[in-house]
Amino acid sequence: MTATTAASTQAGSPAAGGRPGRRRLWRNPWRHPVFLEGFTWLYLIWSIVPIALAVLFSFNNGKSQSTWQGFSWRWYFADPVNSVLHDPQLHAAVIQTLRLSVYTTLIAVPIGVAFALGINRWRGITSASFNFVMILSFVIPELIFGVALFLLFTVLFKTVGLGTLAETLALVTWNVSWPAIIVQARLVTIGRQYEEAAADLGATQMQTMRKVMLPLLAPAIFASAVLVFSSVIDDFVIVDLLNSNASNTPMSVYIYSQQHGGNGGPALNALGTIMLVMTFVIAIIGYIGYRFMTRGERGDRNDALTTIAGA
Amino acid sequence: MALRSGPARRRDAAREPHRLFWAALAAPGIIWLALLFIVPFYVVLAIAAGQLNQLFGTPIAVWNPLHWSAANLAGVWHTIVGKGAFVGPDIVRTVVYTAIASLLCLLIGYPAAYFVARFAGRRKALFLVLLIAPFWISYMMRMLAWIDLLQTDGYVNKVLTSMHLISSPVDWLGGMHITVILGLVYGYIPYMILVLYAGLDRIDGSLLEAGRDLGLGRVRTFLKVTLPLSRQTILTALLITVLPMLGDYFTNQLLSGATGTAMLGNDIDGDLSTPAFLGQGAVLSLLLLLVLIVPMIYYVIATNRSSREAAS
Repeated sequence: MTATTAASTQAGSPAAGGRPGRRRLWRNPWRHPVFLEGFTWLYLIWSIVPIALAVLFSFNNGKSQSTWQGFSWRWYFADPVNSVLHDPQLHAAVIQTLRLSVYTTLIAVPIGVAFALGINRWRGITSASFNFVMILSFVIPELIFGVALFLLFTVLFKTVGLGTLAETLALVTWNVSWPAIIVQARLVTIGRQYEEAAADLGATQMQTMRKVMLPLLAPAIFASAVLVFSSVIDDFVIVDLLNSNASNTPMSVYIYSQQHGGNGGPALNALGTIMLVMTFVIAIIGYIGYRFMTRGERGDRNDALTTIAGA
Repeated sequence: MALRSGPARRRDAAREPHRLFWAALAAPGIIWLALLFIVPFYVVLAIAAGQLNQLFGTPIAVWNPLHWSAANLAGVWHTIVGKGAFVGPDIVRTVVYTAIASLLCLLIGYPAAYFVARFAGRRKALFLVLLIAPFWISYMMRMLAWIDLLQTDGYVNKVLTSMHLISSPVDWLGGMHITVILGLVYGYIPYMILVLYAGLDRIDGSLLEAGRDLGLGRVRTFLKVTLPLSRQTILTALLITVLPMLGDYFTNQLLSGATGTAMLGNDIDGDLSTPAFLGQGAVLSLLLLLVLIVPMIYYVIATNRSSREAAS
């Protein structure tokens, strides 16, 4: 901040009247940042157009992924052999993804929410260290975690083995940090006054929990369920390491196994588009639900957007 | 604990049922994490420091630390350094790819996140939706999109040929470093942008106005106020991309598949498919964890601090 004098002589007097010359415009601190906006649009085009093209070619009436041959539902259900609906492996992949998402959400969210409440109120060395472990599970590279779980299920807990059970157990561990972190953040913003008021009015611990805390935590619980569900749909590394055969191979792993080392064909684009639609539907439900639950609170739609994305 | 004075102890006793209540709530999560997060790493350790069944070529986990051996570690050491070492070059490549790709992520992501956080105005929600959209799209789908575009008869070659920038189609998917780095940038940038946006959006606007009122131009306001205030955000954003990139093995498999673009993750992933190499895979992933533990702990402390600041 030592450059104040130098800066003020340079900046001149932007508030003075007169025709805004080119230099004046340049120096106006409230000028719209045209370059920055242009750059942002370029970035957005770069990030979205390739995916839009991939979605488009899932409707291509031909095998090519670069020459448009007319619109068709061929790769979704019209083709009697190679469409997602009729190819048993593609079909199984969709089912497996949905199954894992439902199982993981149903297990991880209650455990994570209870964990967050307990850890947040029960101050001690055990709770502090397990909170640390939980956050470590959030930042550890997925490959390292996946290797550890692969060895756990093939060496120590051999009865579990590889397959749907192993996938679910690993995905729950990997995703339990979403509800745990989001609910803890919400607990901090709520504060303790509601709980104390309920206790002063003679509510028992259980009553306070059910009638005061759970309703207050509902938006956070909902947001974390949305995040867990959609991150299981998109998960790759864990399920890639822990699947054992075609019946427990979810969509992401199927796309990977078909695509690397060659061209998997437009049915994969169709599968990817189905994944995309699934997560978008979840995101929209999440956004609307979150907005509904937090109505009357401080915060706008942009806050809801970032919360649903886990930021 | 036992030396507490009378009144304090009575108060503690009154709170005891509450403590039990909270502990009971946390218990399922604690047991789950202990069994499925802490125990697995002991298994990795036991296999990494274990032995190999010479007859079947399968690893034997050694549970007692007193009987641990460094045989696997020594085996891995020879794959990293010395002649015929194949993991060494992969590690160098991993570090170089990760460094270039995450810096590119920052250079592209920061201006975009900064614009949306500061200048998007009434169109902020629109920009935010577009910025967050890729976050919701599966990594595999995003890679698939580029595989379509980068094929020899794909749009990238078509456009470049029509602009006479290249005379014949380039085999982008045939093992090019630039393709893998582009894939990493494209794959991980949504996560970074989200962190950058959240951090930049939290910066108090009145501080920037103060800078302006004191006569700083736009560039100087950015350099003297915004940039220093977002140092922490930049570090966390870099970690968010660096940590998973170091364990990536699928981006290069999808976009190249050649051994010339192999990364450390490919060696670890490959080790898992052969029982005889499980020990080496365990050692390699432990070594990676050892290197990353410091940045990981830094990340944990930094996020804890910022959430405490947000609360106060």
